Amino acid sequence: MEKWYMLTVVGADRPGIVARLARELFALGANLGEASMLRLGGNFTIMLMVHTDLDARALEARLAPASADLNLRLHVDPIEGRLHQHVQPEVRIRVHEADRAGIVAEVSEALADIGFNILALDTDVAGADDAPWYVIQIEGVAPSGLEAVAAALEPLRGRGVELGVEAIDTMVG
Amino acid sequence: MAVLEILRWPDPRLRQPSLPVKEFDEELKAFIRDLEDTRRAGPAAVGIAAPQVGRQLRVVIVDCSKTRKPVPNHGHLVLVNPEILAWEGHVLGREGCLSVPDYTGNVLRAERIRLQAADADGSIHEYDMEGFEARAVQHEIDHLEGLLFLDRVVSRHSDVFRRKTSK
Ligand SMILES: [Zn+2]
Repeated sequence: MEKWYMLTVVGADRPGIVARLARELFALGANLGEASMLRLGGNFTIMLMVHTDLDARALEARLAPASADLNLRLHVDPIEGRLHQHVQPEVRIRVHEADRAGIVAEVSEALADIGFNILALDTDVAGADDAPWYVIQIEGVAPSGLEAVAAALEPLRGRGVELGVEAIDTMVG
Repeated sequence: MAVLEILRWPDPRLRQPSLPVKEFDEELKAFIRDLEDTRRAGPAAVGIAAPQVGRQLRVVIVDCSKTRKPVPNHGHLVLVNPEILAWEGHVLGREGCLSVPDYTGNVLRAERIRLQAADADGSIHEYDMEGFEARAVQHEIDHLEGLLFLDRVVSRHSDVFRRKTSK
């Protein structure tokens, strides 16, 4: 019986990681689902839905040679995977500031308190070593509405945090 | 009342450019009624273009008067042979399409446009549009050229913030 797995991969970034893994998976007869593949701090990271009749250990074993060649750490978890389950984000939040200590915790706690569901969160560090600044971008679903999100984050604004909250109105046509 | 079948990508007919309307006759009006019935029958769509139902004709309908959050709009518009005369600014926004189910993505569009189009009777009108309505019109006119928003989607990581500040 075919099952879904989440394949997690991390390793020093270099060209050819995606090509090699995708080729190996195709050769195994596996199908790919939704994925996030990103360079983070010089590492290449992959979270990839894989659909196959192999069990988790066999899948890991079959990918082991490629993983060793590319010096990757690779991990397979069985998941309850389903496609075509997209949830539309309703709100986008941008936060940027120059001194981040605790900012992700504070923002995400304030959002959790109002039942906000984070669908995607990216953080990045820009600037320079001696003057870094931080950008957080969040997209999610706000059952209590846009104003509740703005109100929940308002206390942060007074402490040098710049933030923007806007509705994502998807235009369908 | 006739609800027409909506073509879905990768139907090759969605890739064909549409032809200008020459006859503003009863047949055109009947088709526009069917196109509107089709727009209303499906999931909440603010616009629809003739090629989405397999007619390669330069006809679109846009109605941004009933969005969840009110936006500047010109009401219910039938736009025949529409032409964008001027563009200004650019803004990223999320789009979906009746012809591309279960997928949405961010697309860069002009923030304001000046539009010229005929109505169902052939009278020419000009409109100054902005934001959501301007986005809807650009999306629909793309359909007339055989383009889909899929051709214009940008990565979530080429984010709004950077685009706005780096210009
Ligand atoms: Zn469309």
